[in-house]
This record gives sequence, C-alpha cells and structure tokens, in this order.
Amino acid sequence: MTADRPRVGLFVTCLVDLFRPSVGFAAVALLERAGCAVEVPAAQTCCGQPAYNSGDRADARAIARQVLDAFEGYDYVVAPSGSCAGMLREHYPRLFAEDPVDGPRARALAERTYELTSFLTDVRGVTEIEARFDGSVTYHDSCSGLRELGVREQPRTLLASVAGLTLTEMAEADVCCGFGGTFCVKYPEISDTIVSEKASRIEASGAGTLLAGDMGCLMNMAGKLQRRGAKVRVRHVAEVLAGMADGPAIGEGAGERPAEG
Amino acid sequence: MESTARAFKDNARAAVADPQLRRALGHVKVGFIEKRAKAAARLPEFEALRDSARDIKDHTLAHLDLYLERYEARVKACGGEVHWCRDAAAARDTVLAICRRAGARTVTKGKSMIGEEIGINDHLEANGITPVETDLGEYIIQLRHEPPSHIIAPAVHLTKDLIEADFRAHHGWLPAQRSLSEARELVDEARTVLRDRFLAADVGITGANFLVAETGSSIIVTNEGNGDLTQALPRVHIVLASLEKAVPTLEDVSTILRVLARSATGQEFSTYTTVSTGPRRPGDADGPEEYHVVLLDNGRSEMLGSEFRDALRCIRCGACMNHCPVYHAIGGHAYGWVYPGPIGSVLTPWLIGVEEAGNLPNASTFCGRCEAVCPMRIPLPRMLRHWREREFERHLTPAKARWGLKLWAALARRPAAYRGVTAVQARLLKAWAGRRGRVSRLPLAGGWTAHRDLPAPQGRTFHELWAARRRGVAS
Amino acid sequence: MTDARTDILAGLRRSLGRGGGTATETAARKAAESAVDAWIYGHERHLIPDRSKLPPDQQVALFVRMATEQAASVVRVQSEAGVPSAIAEFLKAHNLPPSVKVAPQPVLEALDWSSEPLLEVAFGGAVASDRVSVTGAFAAVAESGTLMLVSGGDSPTALNFLPENHVVVLRADQVVGPYEDAWDRIRAAYGPGTLPRTVNFITGPSRTADIEQTIQLGAHGPRRLHIILVEEDARRGQSDGA
Repeated sequence: MTADRPRVGLFVTCLVDLFRPSVGFAAVALLERAGCAVEVPAAQTCCGQPAYNSGDRADARAIARQVLDAFEGYDYVVAPSGSCAGMLREHYPRLFAEDPVDGPRARALAERTYELTSFLTDVRGVTEIEARFDGSVTYHDSCSGLRELGVREQPRTLLASVAGLTLTEMAEADVCCGFGGTFCVKYPEISDTIVSEKASRIEASGAGTLLAGDMGCLMNMAGKLQRRGAKVRVRHVAEVLAGMADGPAIGEGAGERPAEG
Repeated sequence: MESTARAFKDNARAAVADPQLRRALGHVKVGFIEKRAKAAARLPEFEALRDSARDIKDHTLAHLDLYLERYEARVKACGGEVHWCRDAAAARDTVLAICRRAGARTVTKGKSMIGEEIGINDHLEANGITPVETDLGEYIIQLRHEPPSHIIAPAVHLTKDLIEADFRAHHGWLPAQRSLSEARELVDEARTVLRDRFLAADVGITGANFLVAETGSSIIVTNEGNGDLTQALPRVHIVLASLEKAVPTLEDVSTILRVLARSATGQEFSTYTTVSTGPRRPGDADGPEEYHVVLLDNGRSEMLGSEFRDALRCIRCGACMNHCPVYHAIGGHAYGWVYPGPIGSVLTPWLIGVEEAGNLPNASTFCGRCEAVCPMRIPLPRMLRHWREREFERHLTPAKARWGLKLWAALARRPAAYRGVTAVQARLLKAWAGRRGRVSRLPLAGGWTAHRDLPAPQGRTFHELWAARRRGVAS
Repeated sequence: MTDARTDILAGLRRSLGRGGGTATETAARKAAESAVDAWIYGHERHLIPDRSKLPPDQQVALFVRMATEQAASVVRVQSEAGVPSAIAEFLKAHNLPPSVKVAPQPVLEALDWSSEPLLEVAFGGAVASDRVSVTGAFAAVAESGTLMLVSGGDSPTALNFLPENHVVVLRADQVVGPYEDAWDRIRAAYGPGTLPRTVNFITGPSRTADIEQTIQLGAHGPRRLHIILVEEDARRGQSDGA
C-alpha cells in the first residue's frame, strides 16, 4: 500500500441509497482502511443509466453533468457497483464525445472512476482483508463489472483472504441474472426465466450466502430465491469484506435469521 | 418472409412456457458455447485474428462501391452474370425469371438467409416451381412449414421425436414399421430422400458467406456437403448474396474464415468451404453451364451511412445468439422474422421498420456477452441502444414508460427534492414490508412482484444517515 | 429511370460521402480507387498462426494429426506404387465391393493398377451407383487438416461429393502450412485473379449436428474420407489439377 492518502469521492448509487445504506457504510470502511480519505458529495443522485438505456440521451447528459460537477477534484471516484462505475467510465465519454467542454471533463472523470473491489486490489494494492465470515459463499459476476470493467478476479482475491470463508463457484457465474434495469419489468417472463435458471445454479452450488457487487442484480436474485423459499442468504460483497455481515441479509426482516450454510 | 415481430411479447410469453422448446434450447448452451470456448482457447492468435477480421471488413465497407464493381467485372470475365436488385421483390422476380428461362421444375437450395429474407420459396411455389431445401435442418422445417429459428442451426428448436414424427408423416412411401428413433436413422433417411432431389434438380440456389472481389468468387461454408451437391449437379447455379458480403482478396477471406467456424460451431474449419467462380470452363468434366449472382441491397446501402454500419460486418456465425440469455429463454421464432438473437434485434428494425420490430432492441439486458464473442467485434449493445434512442425520439416508447422516465430524471436532477422523496419512500416501503423484510405485492410493481419478492429498504436513506453521522462527529 | 445497378452504387457512394461531383469528392473517389487497386494487387497476408509456420516434414505430421481429428482416415505409403493396394485394403476394411470410380487424371491413370487385378477400376465422373471415388488433390493445408481440390477437365467435382466413400491420393509435397500458401500455388497455376470453377476445401467427411446438436457423419457428402499420403517427391512434369 502507498503512503499517500488519496481523496475518494464515494458514488453511493441510487439503489444503495434507497434500499441498503449499510453497503455504503461498508464501502466507506473498506476505503478508509485502505488509507483513503472518503467524502460523499451531497449533490449526487443517480448515474443516469435508466435514462441512457431507455434512449433518452438528453436527460442522461443532464444527470451526467450533475455528476461531473459533484465529483470534480477528487483523486478517485469509487462506486460499490460495476454498472454505475461502468456508466461513468465507459459511457460518459461517449455521451460527451462531441462536447468541447464536457468531453474532456468526462474523460478525466472516467479515468479516475472505479468499481469498489477492483479499486482496492488494482489501485490500492490490497491483497488481504482483515475480516471474518464463517460460512460458504458463492459469487455472481455482474455483467457490466465483468465485461465493461474486467472485474472478475479482484473480489475473489479479497474473499479468499477472509478468515473462515469458503468460496464455492456456481456453474455459469458469469451469466446474466436477468435484471437489466427496466428489462426485468418490461419483459417479466423472459427475466423470470433467466433469473430462475440463475437461482437454480445458486442453490446447486450449495453455498449458504450469495454475494455480488451490484444491488440491482442482488435484489433480483434475492427476490427470486426468496419467492422460491430458498435458504440462501444474499449480501453485497462489501458487507462481508468490511466485516459488517451480521445484520439482516437482503430481503430479510429483523427477526429472521436462517441457519448459516 | 412475413413478420410476427409486432407480437414479440406474446411470442416470448408462449416460448418460455414451452417445455419442449426449453429442452431443445438447453442443447444450444452446452453444444455451441463449450465448443467455441475450446476452439478459441486452442488458437493463441484468436483474439488478434478477430481484430484483423474487423479491420478487413471496415476497410471493405469504406470502399464497398468500388469492391463490388471490381467483383462484378471478375464475375463477368469468367462467364457469370451479376443481377443488382434494389429490394426483395426485384430479387424474387430475378430468380424466378432465371428459373423460368431454364425451364426449371425443381430447384435445390443450400441454406440462405437472403433466401428467407426475400421469401423465395413461397414465390417459386406460387409460380409452379418446387424448391427443395437440402440442408438437413432447413429440410426439416420446410416439412413443418416453419421459418428457421437460428441462422446456422435452423431446426435447433426441435427435439428428435418431433423430427421423427415429421419424417413419418411426409415420407409415406417408406415402410411404416421402420425404426426411426435414432439420430443416425433420421440422417440416413434424409440422405436417401434428398439424393434423388439433388440429381433431378434443374437449378441450384445457394447463399454466399463471402464474395471475393479479387477473383469474382462466391464462398459457401457447410458441413453436410448439400451446398456442393446443390451447385455442382444442376445446369444453373444461382447465388443469393447481399451487398456487404464483399471481401477484397483471397488472403482477406482466409483470415476471416479462421474466425468463422471457430465462432459458429467450434470447428477449426468447416467440413466444406467451397469457392465458386463462374460457370464451368470449356473442357471441365462437370459443373453448371450458367452462374448467376443475385446481389441484393434491400436497405444495406443506406445502412452503410447510418449509426448501424458496424452491423454490416456480420459474417452470420451465430455466436451472438448462442451466448444470449434472452435467446436461450425464448428461442429464435419469438423474434418474429428471419434473423434472431442480438444481430436480429439490430437488423430487423432496419429491414422491416422499427414500428414493426420495436420490441426487439428493448428485450435485452445489455449483458454484453454477444459483443464479447462476436468475431467481427460488432458493438451489438451499442447498436441496440441506438434503436432505443430512435424510438425515444419518435415517441414510440409507451407513454407510461416515457412519463415514468421523465419523472425520475426530473427528480434526479434536483438533489434536494430527491432526498426528500427517497427518504419518504424508504420509510413507506419498509413499513409496507413490516417485519418480513420483503414484499410479495406492491401497487405499480406488478412486473417485478409477479415472479419475485421485492426486498424492503432498511428504512433510512444513506444520505440521511451519512449526514447524521457527520453531524454526530462534528458535535 | 436509372437501372438498379446505378441506383445501388449511387446509394453506396452517398453513404460514404463520395456521392457528389465536387472537387473534394472526386479527389476522394480517386484516392479510394487507388487504395482499392493497391489492396487487391498487393493481396497482403494478415496474421498467420504460428501453428502453420512449420518446416515441411512437420507440416505433413500436422496435416495428418488435424485431418485424423476431423474423422478422416490417413495412411502413408512410400511411393505411388503402393497406392492401388492401399485402396484395396481400404475397401476390404470396410466391406466394400472392389470397385472404384477414379478421376481421369494422368497421375492416377498412370498408377500401377495391375498390382491389384481384382480391383474394378473405371475412370470418369460420378454416377449415383458409385460407392467409392478416387481423386487427386491440388494441395493440402496442414493448419486444419484440410484438402484443397479443384475442378477441371480431368477432375469432376461430383466425385468429391456423390459417392459414400472418397479416397484422395495426396503427395507429401502438396502439403503446405497455411491457406495462404495454397492460394499462392493456385495463383502460380492459374494466373492472377483467376480461379477454376470450383475450389473445394475439404476437412474430414460430411457431417451434421442438426438433430439435437449431436454430430452424425455422412449427411449428404461422403461418410468416409480416406487419404493416402505418398511420401516420395513428385517426379512428373505435369502439375495436378491444372
């Protein structure tokens, strides 16, 4: 690890903000332990993916400009989400390709933006995590993180160092879970077919807990597993890495605590 | 071919509920995906070859008019003819005229997506000429009066027992008590039945994977040998090809061939790669006396100048659909027209209109697997997004979705208001879920809750908690 | 009304920004023409896999390995004198009647068929009742175990496809590494920009996976492809397949 103390702007993501703030706090903890000074710009709401993927470039640009403004000046921008990080890194430059002012700003932001686990390993050089998690987990590779950002080994490297944790791979870990933003509600039967397949793979892995790095995927898979009555618990990978995996898992109420597997 | 793309949602709904289709599609995943991965891993230069192939096609497209002119000159120099056709109707009429001049009664066909696109089989039949599909998969679906469901494996949606039933129904002259439950027996029967058709045909129609400008050649790629029997035995050979099939030289096509079979079926090279140049030469022992190339535009020349130009690099390998989770769920027929899967979702709106085919580019999670395996590195998700942009501009998106999006965007651009609304939502949804931590029913969220539970929020937003924490630290 | 050819070319040029007659567009068109002619004339090779860049004896070994992987059978004979008996052995091994249809190529006609007096040998094109054909080849590509056959006066294409069994007599010096070397040999034989009516690249026997994605050999083309590889260098003045 380097001796400097970079200023990191945390890109919370709208789903973490609304549904599971504990993931945001876990991300802050991990970043601080990796020697970063973390700030959370107040003027952030969304990365603009819903508008962008619906073909509404104008609104996508407007939201993106807000992000460019809010995250000006940080050494790094880190998101606990492959799809949001991918939006900033891969798509913001395209959104502003022709713009002489915001084009350079978007490219500058893109260069400094990372998904959380790959930031820890690739930029901060973290190889070992000091945390404990007694149980078996399986890891789902979210599509944007995997194919846009190349995130695959990094979360696994970190999980491998967590005391007490066993990682069992599911078959087809790198196949889509069927969330796809508005896709899952526009084409619910197709989405259900895909997520059912994914749920079967998760259950077949025998792991007690499912982890991934994207809340959209996690909520989709958790919702399906729970509708099926599966015992698998679902968490964001940041929670386990930060040693904050003792509260209710995703979709669990305060009273529920199924046996760890 | 008639389209049912407008009924995509209904098609898809029926498809995912069809157990026999799901069983058949299960073979697609194991067969094609594993084989392609093995073939790619075995050739260290595979990734670099994909880049080369993309560059060759980009160069060709940037000079497509000139390469087609040179291609035509070489075809004519060896005694062939090139027929330029603006659209499907012109191509159909051209093929019919050639068949009529040849006095054709039956016509054998190798697999041709352009043939499907222009609906040539129906047209020939309507005019008293019998087309016989010779690719085994195409033959099977011809018996069933179905369109192909995959661009290289047209009968991939069928299980063995369905095919057996079709053969028994249509090959009535064969002994009823014969055994026909093994794939081997089905293939042997098709071989015997089609052998006679090959020998009797007056005209043979093939597609073309490539048109080589340097030599005026057309290239087909098969494993069965049906394309070869189709084009070698009859008096007349007709090639159906669209404009973008052009490739400059034999070296160029060799490079692209290296990535084609590997991407399609995981073979190093297909069993038969055949380069045809003109009719038979004086003194040749066999071969057709006439060679006609029907060169089809049908929207390609305009596509070349659009944001969809990269899709013209497609070499019809099928890798994109082989790896697509949506295709795995619904199969090829649900897409409603000739070209299924990711490439179909890009091409179909262009060829038959986005009003008709608007669902196709929307039925994608943008998982990106298609682009990851496309040998020509076509940025398929980006093209699908371009279609969504066009639909949005033209107000083809359903009103409810548009308004929902506008509302969300308006809120997202106003952080203070956003904070207030989300704080309320977090509390309300948590209260609705109660102690259970998730909801099974939620007004306005039927699309989600029909099949899944919705996890409840933790009850406060991150931003409120963060602000509170900072206040706590500060004081 | 303009014809389709003119319209289509005009549409292409418009899309490429070379549609009009302005000075810039004319200059662009001229530059494009030069680029295209240079590209075709130069027919440059792109990346050739290392696998194909082997010395000749290793190329032959690679060819045998790759062809066998694709379900062709390969036997090696020391000289052409051994070809007729290799054919007879193949027929016996598969319980086929001792009758072959052979391409009327001088090199095949010149084989010592009298060494197999029980073998019925006819020269000519394929008919429906032929069960075994014997042809030569123009070249073979080691890279994928692929044979290259060409049509001609003495090489009827139908012999490669109609019979159930296809025997190919291949000389070791016909084997090249990559496809590009085979194309150069074609250019040397036929001249620039010129090909015979048919060039068949054949890799193993016919097959299909159209029934539940399981491979079955012998769809429409031959069920068996048997390659007799002659080690001795060519000593004849004629070239094959020309």
